[in-house]
Amino acid sequence: MRYFSNISIAVKTTLKGMALAINYFFDARKKRKKEWLNDDNYFEKAEGTFTIQYPKESIPVPDHGRYQLHNEINDCIVCDKCAKICPVDCIDIEPVRSPEVFGQTSDGTPLRVHAAKFDIDMAKCCFCGLCTVVCPTECLTMTKEYDFTTTNILDHNFSFSKMSDSEIAEKKKEFEDYQAAKAKPKEALPAVGKKPLGKPMAKPIMKKGAKPLIKPKISSPESKSESEQGPPTKPAMKPVLKPNIKPVIKPKISSPESKSESEQGPPTKPAMKPVLKPNIKPLIKPKISSPESKSEPEQGPPAKQVIKPVIKPPERPDSLGEGTKSSENTPQRKVNKPIIKPRIPKKN
Amino acid sequence: MITFLFYLIFLLVFVVVAVYIERKTAAFIQNRLGPMVVGPKGILQSIADLLKMLQKEDVRANAVDKIPFLMAPLIIFSAIFAGYAVLPLNEKTPGAELNTGLFFLLAIVSLDVLGMLMAGWASNNKYSLYGAMRSVAQIVSYEIPLGLSVLCVVIISGTLDLQKMSFLQQGNGFFGWNIMQHPILIIPFVIFFVCGLAESNRTPFDLPESESELIGGYHTEYSGFRWGIFMLSEYGMMLLLCILGAVLFFGGWTSPLPNIGSFKLFDLTSGYIWDTFWLLAKASLLVFIQMWVRWTLPRLRVDQLMSLSWKYLTPLSILLLFFCAFWKFWMIN
Repeated sequence: MRYFSNISIAVKTTLKGMALAINYFFDARKKRKKEWLNDDNYFEKAEGTFTIQYPKESIPVPDHGRYQLHNEINDCIVCDKCAKICPVDCIDIEPVRSPEVFGQTSDGTPLRVHAAKFDIDMAKCCFCGLCTVVCPTECLTMTKEYDFTTTNILDHNFSFSKMSDSEIAEKKKEFEDYQAAKAKPKEALPAVGKKPLGKPMAKPIMKKGAKPLIKPKISSPESKSESEQGPPTKPAMKPVLKPNIKPVIKPKISSPESKSESEQGPPTKPAMKPVLKPNIKPLIKPKISSPESKSEPEQGPPAKQVIKPVIKPPERPDSLGEGTKSSENTPQRKVNKPIIKPRIPKKN
Repeated sequence: MITFLFYLIFLLVFVVVAVYIERKTAAFIQNRLGPMVVGPKGILQSIADLLKMLQKEDVRANAVDKIPFLMAPLIIFSAIFAGYAVLPLNEKTPGAELNTGLFFLLAIVSLDVLGMLMAGWASNNKYSLYGAMRSVAQIVSYEIPLGLSVLCVVIISGTLDLQKMSFLQQGNGFFGWNIMQHPILIIPFVIFFVCGLAESNRTPFDLPESESELIGGYHTEYSGFRWGIFMLSEYGMMLLLCILGAVLFFGGWTSPLPNIGSFKLFDLTSGYIWDTFWLLAKASLLVFIQMWVRWTLPRLRVDQLMSLSWKYLTPLSILLLFFCAFWKFWMIN
């Protein structure tokens, strides 16, 4: 009697399928709302139309996703770190040194190098975010802009330098004149002149900026917290280059995702522990207090050991864009100091 | 003559609207939005498609057999459209008044098989030929249960004239419909509907066109306006069979609303314009069901297609023909 069971199966399955289809048809009146990917039931929505009409509407993305790079050129000290760390060499920088400090970034770092050229070729960019992590003044950030399609690939090369050709030529001339002037009275120059001169001469431009940074920070901009932190930073200097480098790398991995980082932190930390502890502790306190509220401070004391330090570095890039506020940035400077100094000796 | 002109214009409008509705139906069933860009809610999309199609080059490959190749779309469309000649429109406009109207309709419509075979064969393309052969095999097979299920209605009504059949169903709203007066006709209607899907080459019986394997089947080699005629014929066939189904089983142009006491709904909703509206509304509802089926059920295999026709539908419709004869004999006389 296969014959009749076939008929009944055919009728039943057809009716069931038709009922299912018409339910979907009527569910199409509902529309999925814009939701964040990390909403609890994001993947459980089964009803209504799912299409997102892209140019007209889009899924919200975090303010600092891994999308288009932006450089706040006024805050850029042209340290060249981003260009060096870039795995695909998409950042092209042409620095022009200046004989003197000609300005300050918004976090108080003195500017000593002009950016004659600061080009980021987004067509080459692999969106790894390493450059934003190493940036000492947090001027290089990834924005939420991801739709920068163009018809000409050259338009993917974003130029951030504001200097005109004549300005560049002028600054170059200025520095050459300065060097020439310095070379002649070499013997005659007193000790006073040497300090500024000698450092700039050396290859790493950073030195100039880095040393001065330490002093001003403690004294001028911020008051209490830093003075306390001051002592801990000194020990940080002692540890050689290795400790500094590690922290930079880790943040990259964890940086894009905010929440998950805290969870991932512990496993990665163990490697970090030995080196970092002294440096990081001071940094942690300010950061935690500002973005996240209650829970973290409680954890603070136990965390001092290892965990906190790891987490903080990744968060920096995110916080940068929101505010170049002096208070948040200051702690970061301290971090930079140790990094910069050790490197120079190596290179030399 | 009036019905002919009316149906010609209505068919052209219907195709444009039906393509849009079909795409929307498909989209909604699949959690999509469908066309949304051209006009509000994409309502002008099929007009844009139509304009694009008309501008396309009329490609004729060197290896095609010219005369049948050019004739095929015309034969298909004229065969299908000739079927509209006998359809009534409302009480006063009966269409061609043939005593054998229904027989004429089934006979002339089955000529479109000839056009499909010509198109597939003349294209000189193996996939087109596959499609044409499948189409012929399918349509010839399904003509039998289709004809038998229609015959059930003919036995009970005692006439082949579609206008007379509509008058017979003119009663108190939907209580007068054949399918209500003679509940035994429900199964013939299902058979009729399934065969109608197969006749118009629609999913789940779209093997002749199977877009994925045969790239459109017998009309692969056509482009531009000639391809448009195939499209028009397909939708024309859908509409023809749906109007026929409405006339045979659902009271034709009679109003579905019954008189309830002093509430003369039936009388209120009868008249030329109302009648025309009711006929087309019933047909459109059936067309929607066809679309609903299309986006629900997967395509049958060739052997399943044939066994459905020959092993299930044909014996069942013969059996029902027998029962309908008894129904007529015992219940009506």
